[in-house]
Amino acid sequence: MNIHSLGEGWILQEQRLYEKLTKRLNDLERLPRLKENKSIESHLEENGVSRRDFMKWATAITAMLALPGSFTPLVAKAAKLSDRLPIIWLHMAECTGCSESLLRTDAPTIDSLIFDYISLEYHETLMAAAGWQAEHNLEHAIEAYKGQYILMVEGGIPSGNSAHYLTIGGHGHTGEYSAKKASKNAAAIFAIGTCSSYGGVQAAIPNPTGAVALSKITDKPVINVPGCPPSEKNIVGTLLHYILYGTLPALDAYNRPKWAYAKRVHDLCERRGHFDAGEFVEEFGDEGAKKGYCLYKVGCKGPYTFNNCSKNKFNSHMSWPIQAGHGCIGCSEPDFWDTMGPFEEPVANRLYNTVFKGLGADATADKIGVGLLTVTGIGIAAHAAISKFKNPKDGEE
Amino acid sequence: MANKRVIVDPITRIEGHLRIEVEVDENNVIQNAYSTSTLWRGLETIVKNRDPRDAGFLMQRICGVCTFSHYRAGIEAVEDALGIVPPLNAKLTRSLMNMALFMHDHVVHFYHLHGLDWVDVVSALDADPAKASKEAFDYAEFPIATGENDLKKVKTRVKEFVAKGQLGPFANAYWGHKTYRLTPEQNLILLSHYLKALEVQRELAKLMAMFGGKQPHPQSLTVGGVTCVMDLLDPSRMGEYLTLFKVGADFIENAYQADVVMAAKMFKDEPSVTAPAGVMNFMSHKEMQLNRTEFLFDSGIIENGDLAKVFEINEDLITEEATHSWYSDNEALHPYEGKTNPNYTGFRDMDTVGPDGKMIHSKVVDEKGKYSWIKSPRYDGKPMEVGPLAAILISYAKGNEKIVPLVNDFLAKTGLPKAALFTTLGRTAARMIQSRAIAKHGLEAFNTLIENLKVDQDTYTSYKIDKDKEYRGRFIGDVPRGMLSHWIRIKNGVVENYQAVVPSTWNAGPIDSLGQMGPYEANLVGLKVQDLSQPLEIIRVIHSFDPCIACAVHVMDKKGNDLGTYKVDPIYGLSC
Repeated sequence: MNIHSLGEGWILQEQRLYEKLTKRLNDLERLPRLKENKSIESHLEENGVSRRDFMKWATAITAMLALPGSFTPLVAKAAKLSDRLPIIWLHMAECTGCSESLLRTDAPTIDSLIFDYISLEYHETLMAAAGWQAEHNLEHAIEAYKGQYILMVEGGIPSGNSAHYLTIGGHGHTGEYSAKKASKNAAAIFAIGTCSSYGGVQAAIPNPTGAVALSKITDKPVINVPGCPPSEKNIVGTLLHYILYGTLPALDAYNRPKWAYAKRVHDLCERRGHFDAGEFVEEFGDEGAKKGYCLYKVGCKGPYTFNNCSKNKFNSHMSWPIQAGHGCIGCSEPDFWDTMGPFEEPVANRLYNTVFKGLGADATADKIGVGLLTVTGIGIAAHAAISKFKNPKDGEE
Repeated sequence: MANKRVIVDPITRIEGHLRIEVEVDENNVIQNAYSTSTLWRGLETIVKNRDPRDAGFLMQRICGVCTFSHYRAGIEAVEDALGIVPPLNAKLTRSLMNMALFMHDHVVHFYHLHGLDWVDVVSALDADPAKASKEAFDYAEFPIATGENDLKKVKTRVKEFVAKGQLGPFANAYWGHKTYRLTPEQNLILLSHYLKALEVQRELAKLMAMFGGKQPHPQSLTVGGVTCVMDLLDPSRMGEYLTLFKVGADFIENAYQADVVMAAKMFKDEPSVTAPAGVMNFMSHKEMQLNRTEFLFDSGIIENGDLAKVFEINEDLITEEATHSWYSDNEALHPYEGKTNPNYTGFRDMDTVGPDGKMIHSKVVDEKGKYSWIKSPRYDGKPMEVGPLAAILISYAKGNEKIVPLVNDFLAKTGLPKAALFTTLGRTAARMIQSRAIAKHGLEAFNTLIENLKVDQDTYTSYKIDKDKEYRGRFIGDVPRGMLSHWIRIKNGVVENYQAVVPSTWNAGPIDSLGQMGPYEANLVGLKVQDLSQPLEIIRVIHSFDPCIACAVHVMDKKGNDLGTYKVDPIYGLSC
């Protein structure tokens, strides 16, 4: 196959994708609206979003979803159609950090856009109703929007014999019961954050509450959007992706959308040049730290962590941990509390999970994943060791 | 007629899972109240046997709202144990991040969590935007988002919501409740600020992320200092801090301050906000370092509401007990010695008041036995209220020159007596006064940092953990919800023991062995509920504390507990 025919294949593929998305959006358009007679334009205006701002935002999202620029109008249309989608957001064993992250949604006034465009039926941190009335809202939404709503779950889930470590509501139902019930008739299920994706901090050794991932208590497919918390962009982007395709996005081995989690933090890191040049921070606060050298030797887990932080950053591109001079702690990886610590030492210099003398690593990590990470780890450790000898700056300071 | 039981579960617009049950007499006056946390996560157990340098990162995950508080507490407890003093630059950077957190937290609390207890969204529909716009000038010199056109827009938007019956997050609340007191115009002003505050909170979160890498869960503190040295040495970054800080300060002065004064004037005859605080003991720790020696808020204890005398805190007198908490060891112990083994006894069956006022079958707590995952902390055997009200009262009583004028200003503008501070209203006002103090004086820390950076660029102090040595240390400070302490013991180079005694534990804990109630419960007793199916008064009182329940629930087990035991039976088999 020559380069020319590769190009043609790609164009064909792109065309097919374009047609598929158009069809999906047309189908969506035919769905009854939740808010009748709502004009999109007036809605945008009410939210202080000009048409120009909105298209700018759609362009950014298109790029983030790794779609060709020509798809921007489709993304814009998808956002406009999202008022057909009721959202139920459940809190399990969690810290509310993921909800807080959602509230930081960037681009001008995009949070009010989301506030109005999706129909937020149940969200304990934001909703006005309380007690029985809140319970009613949940039951009503599950019933009225059967098979149509998107379920987003934040938090690990104490389950089975430990399910009573979380109860919600006047009937004392367990979190597990509520999550199962809401999962049953959801159109799509997103586990928002590392806790609902993999169990999270409460599931770290010795997991005293028997907390598990959402995917362990439902037999329906769950899209994991891990991170502690995931960036506001990954939460909203995943939602948009679903609205666009109407199907599950391409997922990796841990059910994470590939558009956000396909690359390692290390791949696009702003300090990558220093890694390649063998320039490392040896201790926090040293000359290397002041110059922005690579943080690998003070424990950065960027080489083992799949996420788009290095590209998209957090809080409207304000910063991200590595910019703030601290290594990545690997928070979007399964069981990172047990496999990535101590967070301020390079992992490749250690056995996995040495905090507990290796206990648990075999049981928790994906075998192939461990194999790959170990190979990468050795390579990186060797590189760091060699560059210590070959540091071109040696003797300069 | 026998007492009736009313349940409010979930208490929404808080962090975590909280259930309140009350018993009312035939006049709907609350005779008994039970505060119950219904989630347990066990982070103090999980942190054990880990590298002490990881403690701050793990303990930070106690809460994504108090996202900086537990991070700093975890880091500084280890520093205290190891005897490390971080450089001044690091301390002041932590102060700048802390100020961002306080401003963010208090703004979000007033508008998005507590606001709907004061604001009747539906009533705003009858407002005259022109009149409202004019009224805004009565409370603020430069009102924000209250121009006539702004308010017209907000009104139209809400009108559409209501007309379509699709209220989204506003659905099914207690609109039209008799205890709402604002005029339609005032409701409209606050509603406009509710929306504006959504933007402002995002800016204030950026203010923290600037030196923290991200928010929630910033990542730039390390044992010995801070890691964001590049940001500190970048003048444009420092300029950005200054700019965003002023955005927050402006909103606090011209919206938040104005709205709280307006609400205070209108609600000052409403019993659910003016009843005296249930626990009249207040405790607060000094906080917010401004320069080498000075802090913005003071330490101390006030007993029985007496502002004439402030006692100093003796940290040896802090204990926690679990008589009515779902743990098996009841006795009151100091945090260094505390032990906690889960002993869940669940609910019992009973009929309670349902959403339409009729009795329905429900689960209720066993108030004679154990009924919450939160323990009961006591100081010298006494319950204490902690939080911004305590911080403000103590600084006020001590004659703090930065705080006294702000308290007096609030009292003068509202015409309220000092006694009005010791109430639900006072609690809400204190949070505003604290925000104002930070907005007015916080930049002193910023200026000190700039001056210091000219001569000293240290951000980190080196240290070594000796595996053969045993260490113990603690952090005590005041965070947005009140006095927070973390207690750590280190042995063999790993965490041997960890305990967090957090603000919401002090306030939300169940009764102790002497039958003494904590602040949540004590504040509810005596309160009259107008409509049992719409217990807005209960929510109003509880929200005034800004509950943070994931923070409040924690566990520690005693020295030498074998972690393997958990694997045998994680629920009941915890014998240590």
